[in-house]
Amino acid sequence: MQFFAELLGPAWLPVWTLVKIVAIVLPVLVVVAYLTYAERKIIGWMQIRMGPNRVGFFGFRLWGLGQPIADAVKLMTKEIIIPSGSSKGLFLLAPVLAIAPAMAAWAVIPFTDTLVLANIDASLLYIMAITSMGVYGVVLAGWASNSKYAFLGGLRSAAQIVSYEIAMGFALVGVLMSAQSLNLVEIVEAQRGGFWQWYWLPLFPMFLVYLISGVAELNRAPFDVAEGESEIVAGFHVDYSGMAFAVFFLAEYANMILVSALTSLMFLGGWLSPVPFLPDGFFWMAAKMSFVLLLFLWFRATFPRYRYDQIMRLGWKVFIPVTLVWLVLMGAAMQTPLGSLFH
Amino acid sequence: MEFTTVVFYFFAAILLAAGVRVITARNPVHAALALVLAFFTAAGLWMLLEAEFLAITLVLVYVGAVMVLFLFVVMMLDINIERMRQGFWDYLPIAGLVAGLMVVEMVMVLGGERFGLVAPEPKPADYSNTRELGLLLYTEYVYPFEIAAVILLVAIVAAIALTLRRRPGVKWMDPARQVKVTHEGRIRMVNLKPQKPESKTE
Amino acid sequence: MQATNFPMPDLLPALPEIVVLVMACVVLLVEVYSKSRAAGYVLTLLTLLAAAGVTTFTAGPDTAYTFSGMFVDDAMADLLKLMTYLAGIAAVIYSRQYLADRDMFRGEYFALLLFAVLGMMVMISASHFLTLYLGLELLSLALYAMVALQRDSATAVEAAMKYFVLGALASGLLLYGMSMLYGLTGTLELAKMAEALNAGVKSELVLAFGLVFLVAGLGFKLGAAPFHMWVPDVYHGAPTAVTLFIGSAPKLAAFAFAIRLLVDGLQPAHGDWQQMLAVMAVLSLAIGNLAAIMQTNIKRMLAYSTISHMGFLLLGVLTGTFAGYSSALFYVVTYVIMSLGAFGMVLHLSRAGFEAENLDDYRGLNARHPWLAGVMGILMLSMAGLPPFVGFYAKLTILQALVGSGWLWLAVLAVLFSLIGAYYYLRVVKLMYFDTPHAEAMAPAPAGDARLLLSINGLAVLVLGILPQPLMALCAYAMQASLQ
Repeated sequence: MQFFAELLGPAWLPVWTLVKIVAIVLPVLVVVAYLTYAERKIIGWMQIRMGPNRVGFFGFRLWGLGQPIADAVKLMTKEIIIPSGSSKGLFLLAPVLAIAPAMAAWAVIPFTDTLVLANIDASLLYIMAITSMGVYGVVLAGWASNSKYAFLGGLRSAAQIVSYEIAMGFALVGVLMSAQSLNLVEIVEAQRGGFWQWYWLPLFPMFLVYLISGVAELNRAPFDVAEGESEIVAGFHVDYSGMAFAVFFLAEYANMILVSALTSLMFLGGWLSPVPFLPDGFFWMAAKMSFVLLLFLWFRATFPRYRYDQIMRLGWKVFIPVTLVWLVLMGAAMQTPLGSLFH
Repeated sequence: MEFTTVVFYFFAAILLAAGVRVITARNPVHAALALVLAFFTAAGLWMLLEAEFLAITLVLVYVGAVMVLFLFVVMMLDINIERMRQGFWDYLPIAGLVAGLMVVEMVMVLGGERFGLVAPEPKPADYSNTRELGLLLYTEYVYPFEIAAVILLVAIVAAIALTLRRRPGVKWMDPARQVKVTHEGRIRMVNLKPQKPESKTE
Repeated sequence: MQATNFPMPDLLPALPEIVVLVMACVVLLVEVYSKSRAAGYVLTLLTLLAAAGVTTFTAGPDTAYTFSGMFVDDAMADLLKLMTYLAGIAAVIYSRQYLADRDMFRGEYFALLLFAVLGMMVMISASHFLTLYLGLELLSLALYAMVALQRDSATAVEAAMKYFVLGALASGLLLYGMSMLYGLTGTLELAKMAEALNAGVKSELVLAFGLVFLVAGLGFKLGAAPFHMWVPDVYHGAPTAVTLFIGSAPKLAAFAFAIRLLVDGLQPAHGDWQQMLAVMAVLSLAIGNLAAIMQTNIKRMLAYSTISHMGFLLLGVLTGTFAGYSSALFYVVTYVIMSLGAFGMVLHLSRAGFEAENLDDYRGLNARHPWLAGVMGILMLSMAGLPPFVGFYAKLTILQALVGSGWLWLAVLAVLFSLIGAYYYLRVVKLMYFDTPHAEAMAPAPAGDARLLLSINGLAVLVLGILPQPLMALCAYAMQASLQ
């Protein structure tokens, strides 16, 4: 490494940063591919069917492990159909706007206490700001398609995401009150001390609200009215095909992984080991993220879709009051000796 | 030229272009999107000024929430651009005069040398903008902070008081009531005695 | 964790504000859970009374600062706040029947009214640009919503829209001016700004431009010409109950705003703003009095009369002397009393489905309701500035202060325009006493409480006119204690 640094001189820093970015983005994309596979397999098992099991490598079936690759190749080679009467520039810009925040947010996610691309001071705020921009992709896709179904899907998604962002933000305020920091590394370090010290326990209502709002933010079942196949066909991306559609798909799954990473960092102790006799490490982080992802898949296999007015009621009339009350309780308790419960 | 200066001019150029686009775009959705871009680059400029908290909050609040709702409304409005532009040329001379006056005035008035400003000293590396702002807001500025909170509360109350009403002459349905419908509410079982058809008279 | 050694601010001077804020939230909540519509009404009255009690209890000649010098509690603040509560109580009682008839008798109305009162209190007690501005916004936002509260009335919504757009423009002007002065002096605190200005500024040009923007914004909020365009439309379009409120208490707050801004903060630049105020005052007197003559709608007529009264008020402020300030304080207090009565009468004579807002509706009022006609007559004559009513003394003290500080030509102009203005007030009296009524009978709403209050209001104008000394002395005392 020293050798390369001397070779490239001042250009070394940008190059090295690019290498690191690629080292994060590529695994994320691979995980996305196999998350789709896992989703189909797991939901298949839950519903007592096989899931994909044909496409393998080199003539072996291998339980269908080649399926995501085959899907990717198919989507990449399909034509991107641009509907007549659509706003062409925005139509093509929308998928980019969807995936850019999903990728940019990974810049500040720590995988262990040292393995992080940019350990900035207010990384939690940064993540909230960046992820809040993901909605533009959906809204614009809905509008630019010049189709009623897509438009309805875009509007639903905008209202839903903006509503649940508030509850999600309040849940995060609880976390930062406990950790007294906006830095993700420090938030994880504040949870040191084993399974019972992680924030899921003292902030249990916040944990639930965050997890469920996370599902709603992702437009995942049972909150997937933005897609709502049964009523508005496929919602905002009904007119997308080929790679443009695949980018939306990528963005959704990258966001899923992001939310699972955030949940593990903020409520499940990140890379910390649950018991004192085992070492900390990236392994724990990966295990926790897998668990949260499994929950997302499980939700999808289990719950029927919410009705739109029920979603709004849940967000505004249940989650926001719950988080507000809990914040007040926490703030009050922190002024008393009971406050140690929350640290 | 330093690297930050290059970045500054880069952001500033985009900001100006986006600002011009906001008022010249024919399509209101495009104008709203240009405004989003303007906010985003403004956040970049603030970041250069080492006001990270403000920059991130600008993105979080304006780009992430306010403009989404704005776009939401603009998309649903059926704005007739041509009608909006009627009278554009009639008003242009007056508007141009006012704008010209404003520009002249700003050139005359604004400028660091008139205010006697000095650049603040650079902060140490571990200086946390967010924490310092929080400390000030909740101590010295707690009173205006609370009033601002009351203003927001009034805005909520006003918005709800003005919009939560039954519009006259609008047909609507309550999905919850639709779902709760049972057959008892819809079908009335009537016990009819069997009857002979009346004899037809031809 | 960084330790902060910040002392807890002294909350006692701000106790009335705290009471009003808490109770406004209670009114909102009670509205949700209470079946009775009257709960909000009763609670609002109780709140204003309680606030009045607290303010009276803590009133005194001493000036107390709290919240890091952003809040000031002095004698002028106490007097103006007490008058604000009084105006609020009168507005609530006058409008009860009117609101009930029009399905506006709701918790939101009262909560918004309390928030508006809170905004005025913040303005009255501000000693910092931030609090001045935030109080103003709190007041304005509540008022915009109150104007639009009658959603199915197109004129009300239009009035709210105009009010909102022009108000936002005025706020922008104010902020722009404030930012220039901040750049110039490096402080937002009024007392420190006066010090910095006394010490000399780097650029007189920036000061002048900043002042122009500030004074323009102030003119918008006061409703003084040439920034008066919104006044007639808003007064006319808003539901009369809201017009009554807008036309009374906010004038007190606007006066406080002017005194805090121009006298507490910018006294060193007195020579600059004096001329701007003089121009605004003359224009207001001219436009207000001349345009009022042509009106056939009493709400519009009273709106133009407000503009002319604001011109008179500015005359008092621009003298830059202590006598001028205290006479302006006396003027605004008495104006609020008269305006409450006049709009209260319009409200009282309205009933469900009928607004007594055309001048023709007052034809022959004497034949039908001699007592109400008498009260209205007193109010109109007092507004015209005829002795022995209080409006006469209010105008007289201002003129004295003007002449005393050498503005003879302004005083002459003011008398001239007052004489012109007397015409349209006297026309109302003539309509009531010498014209035959319309065929359509006008029965006032059966609101005994409002009638009693109206009588008290009218008599107060008369009694204060005969014995103006105590109130005048109080105003002078309050000004002296605050401005030392």
